[in-house]
Amino acid sequence: MSTFLVRRLLQALVLLLIVSMIGFAILHLAPGGPLSQFAAGGDMTQADLDRIAEQLGLNRPLPVQYAEWLWRMLRGDWGLSYRDHQPVLHIIASHIGATLELMLTSTLLAMLLGAWVGILGAVKRYSVFDSLATIGAMIALSIPTFWFGLVIIYVFSVGLGWLPAGNRYTVGDGSVLNRIHHLIGPCIVLALVSTAVWSRYMRSSMLEVVNQDYIRTARAKGVPERQVLLRHAFRNALLPMITITGLHVPTLLSGALVTETVFTWPGMGRLFLDSISYRDYPTVMGILMFTAVLVLLGSLIADLLYGLADPRIARNG
Amino acid sequence: MSADLTGVAEIRTAASPFFWNSPGFRRFRQHRLAVFGAVAIVAMTLACIFGPMLLPYSDTFIDIRQRFAPPFSGPHVLGTDPLGRDILARLLMAGRISLAVGFSAMLISMATGICIGMIAGFYEGAVGAALMRFVDAMLCFPSIFLLLAISALISPSVPSIVMLIAMTSWMEVARVVEAQIKSLRTRDYVVAAVAMGASNGRIMFRQLLPNAIAPIVVAATLNVAHAILAESYISFLGYGIQPPTPSWGNMLENAQSYLTSAPWLAILPGAAITLAVTSFNFVGDGLRDALDPRMDLP
Repeated sequence: MSTFLVRRLLQALVLLLIVSMIGFAILHLAPGGPLSQFAAGGDMTQADLDRIAEQLGLNRPLPVQYAEWLWRMLRGDWGLSYRDHQPVLHIIASHIGATLELMLTSTLLAMLLGAWVGILGAVKRYSVFDSLATIGAMIALSIPTFWFGLVIIYVFSVGLGWLPAGNRYTVGDGSVLNRIHHLIGPCIVLALVSTAVWSRYMRSSMLEVVNQDYIRTARAKGVPERQVLLRHAFRNALLPMITITGLHVPTLLSGALVTETVFTWPGMGRLFLDSISYRDYPTVMGILMFTAVLVLLGSLIADLLYGLADPRIARNG
Repeated sequence: MSADLTGVAEIRTAASPFFWNSPGFRRFRQHRLAVFGAVAIVAMTLACIFGPMLLPYSDTFIDIRQRFAPPFSGPHVLGTDPLGRDILARLLMAGRISLAVGFSAMLISMATGICIGMIAGFYEGAVGAALMRFVDAMLCFPSIFLLLAISALISPSVPSIVMLIAMTSWMEVARVVEAQIKSLRTRDYVVAAVAMGASNGRIMFRQLLPNAIAPIVVAATLNVAHAILAESYISFLGYGIQPPTPSWGNMLENAQSYLTSAPWLAILPGAAITLAVTSFNFVGDGLRDALDPRMDLP
């Protein structure tokens, strides 16, 4: 287990290093590079810019600059936002809560719904329900998230008036109930794709497990079918789902950005979009790096959990 | 005598090299959703190419007295937008752009993905490992974040959007191709080609690539679906195809403000995107079943 852990951690670190190089490259592709915040004002001469470049060390060789940039990132100095001159890390921290709230609740919803659909599909293979679930999942994966959000708003906010059309809570009313009420819409929208993914993997994972010997043994022992499915099959079919959930983080983050935009949810995705429209490169870069780290962490944690849950992996790894 | 003849006929059919008799195509035909998808794609493509010529209104004609006309209510079949432009004409013109972006982005991203995947799979060791770590690292960025971050650095035009989508969607293809090439390169026919003195390029393009084509075709189909979706996302968010050039995504850009008064503005383009993307996904799914009989995925 420990060698597996160490190896996996080292791999993640190497990947993080490459991720940081790509991030650095994109930052330097920005028009004007890191200097653009000073050039944008328009009241600086080229001589001024050259002087600032020298002060900030921007005229030194790129590898040196990269090392310094990386060192600053590691110490938590992710630069200042062009917009309000707040530290980028501070701004991200103040927006990540809303995004995590949305991501976690929708993941929970997707897990429950997806597992249910997947198990039922596997148990009643090739039934009408199974075919409908297959088609439904394919369509769910094809619907643009923002459009689904618009439809939800149109039906449930504009039409029926059941749900608020946006924001995290009504101003002046921060009660839990009010927050949950605001969460329902975006949560459903973000859960759509995840539910489709979960139900498909759950189904194939169940189908694989159901043919195993120990399931036959359980049935032969006379264990009730319901218990065979939930106790024996489901618990083992759940194992690969750990990996799926970990690898699903990038899709979830992308979906969160779009959902937050449609529902004016004050999370990291909306912050990212706002920062782009303000050409606020330090914040854009900061969020881009931050999401990459989240994705890496997601797959790392999934691998480690899987190693813990399935002893065979640790032995082979 | 007659029994003999039927036997011959059967052998002929079985051995027929024609595409439509091949077992792969037969499996594809049996996949009803895939057939539906293929028909829908052909129909949409033809409609987008020839449709605008048959309509009484052009997509840029502004019928100021008919602004916000709902669908099926007057001379404009699918209604009009806030400027009084015919929605059907705009949908078809937008379809040209969206489908063209989808196809061309797919071609570029497939070319990139195939090249990188093939090199990484063929030259195992340092080169392959370095390339695949680069692929892994690129995949760490959630696609929309990467698309938007780079879109802020470029000036949006149709070709630049195509490049943008292609450059952020080749990684999955590279992974698929790399895995294929790795498993194929120890086969006997490759070893034989090496022994006969074939160059690396010849082995890659004449021996390995044709044998890895099945998953590549599947990936290409799903790639079109992904590219159409990606275009709609960044155009919806305002960083994709810029008006007045219509695309399905940017037709939706302002739709949210008219959700109460003119919901069809939001519903119609979204339905077009969903239909197109679903069709490509269905076809991809059918191709996967058809091209790889071993992969009996549920």
